[in-house]
Amino acid sequence: MAVTGIPLSEAAKGSVLEISGMNVQGVMRRRLLDLGFVPGNTVEVLRSSPLGDPTAFRVSNTTIALRREESSLIFGNPIGGNAR
Amino acid sequence: MKTYTVAFAGNPNTGKSTLFNLLTGMRQHTGNWAGKTVVTAEGTFTHNGKEYRAVDLPGTYSLYSNSADEEAARDYIIFEKPDVTLVVLDATSLERNLNLALQVLEITGRTVICINLMDEARRLGIDIDLKAMSKRLGVPVIAISARNRTGIKELLNQVERVADGTFAAEPLRIPYSEEIERGIAELLPLVEQSLGADYPARWIALRLLDGDESLLASLRRESLGIKSTISKEVSGHGATACH
Repeated sequence: MAVTGIPLSEAAKGSVLEISGMNVQGVMRRRLLDLGFVPGNTVEVLRSSPLGDPTAFRVSNTTIALRREESSLIFGNPIGGNAR
Repeated sequence: MKTYTVAFAGNPNTGKSTLFNLLTGMRQHTGNWAGKTVVTAEGTFTHNGKEYRAVDLPGTYSLYSNSADEEAARDYIIFEKPDVTLVVLDATSLERNLNLALQVLEITGRTVICINLMDEARRLGIDIDLKAMSKRLGVPVIAISARNRTGIKELLNQVERVADGTFAAEPLRIPYSEEIERGIAELLPLVEQSLGADYPARWIALRLLDGDESLLASLRRESLGIKSTISKEVSGHGATACH
C-alpha cells in the first residue's frame, strides 16, 4: 500500500498533520505505534532542539521527541495548525 | 494467611507512583530488577485485614517493544504471575493509555483498571462511562484521584475481589485477522505442550508470530531459572529461595 503525504521531518514547526502511515518494520514500527503514531491520529510539530534534531511532536496528548531517522519515515497530510 | 501480590502497571506520568506511595506509605523499599538496571519499588499495604505486597513496575507505554523497562514490566507479569495487575490509566488521555491496558488484558484477566487523575478530567469536562468500559473490558474499572485520595476504598475492594477469586474475569479477547488467528491456532498446541498451562499461551503464540526475540530470550532464561529455583528449594528444604 502506497503511503501518501509528506514525512514528519519535512513538516513545518507548528503545523498539524493527520498520520497516513509509515515506512518502518519490526520492533521500531511497533514502538512508534505504541507511542501513538497511528494512521488517522493527528500530530503537531512542536519544536526542534537547538541543533535541529531531535524534534518534539505532540501526539495523543503526549510530547514525544523523534530523531530524523524515525520522523523521516512517518508520513502525514497537513490539516492545519499555525505553521510559519 | 496468604499475602496477595499486586503489580502496578501504567504509562509514565499517570500518577501510578503517587497511588503506590499513598497505599504503601513508609512500608516500602526500592530494589533492582535482576540482571537489569531498572529500579523498582516494593511495599506492603493492608485492606480489610488482609496484607498485600505491592510492586511498582516501570512506567511504560507498551509491553511489546524492547527497552529494558518494558521487558522488566512484561517479564514480571508473565513470570511472577501477580495475583492482581493494577493498570493505572490517565483519565485525561484514555485513548493513549488503553493501549497498555489491552496488552495487559491479553496476558492476564486478573486485572483491575484504575482510572486516575479523575479530578483533572472533570475539570476538563471529560465524562467517563465506567460501567460501559468495565463491560467491554471484562474487568473492574474504577475511577480515582490518588492526589485527592478519592475512590481508593472502592479500588481496593475490587482488587480484593480479583485477588481472592470472587470476581472471575472474562477479559476482552481481541480477535485478529483470519490469517493471524490461523497462525495462533497452529502454534497454540505447541506452546501449551512446551510451556505448560502456567503461561498465557495465546499471547505467547502472538509474540512468536511477531518474531519477538526478546520474549524468546526471557523464556529461555526463565526455563533455566525455574530449574535452579527447584534445586535450591530441594536443598534448602523449606527455606525461601528468594530475597
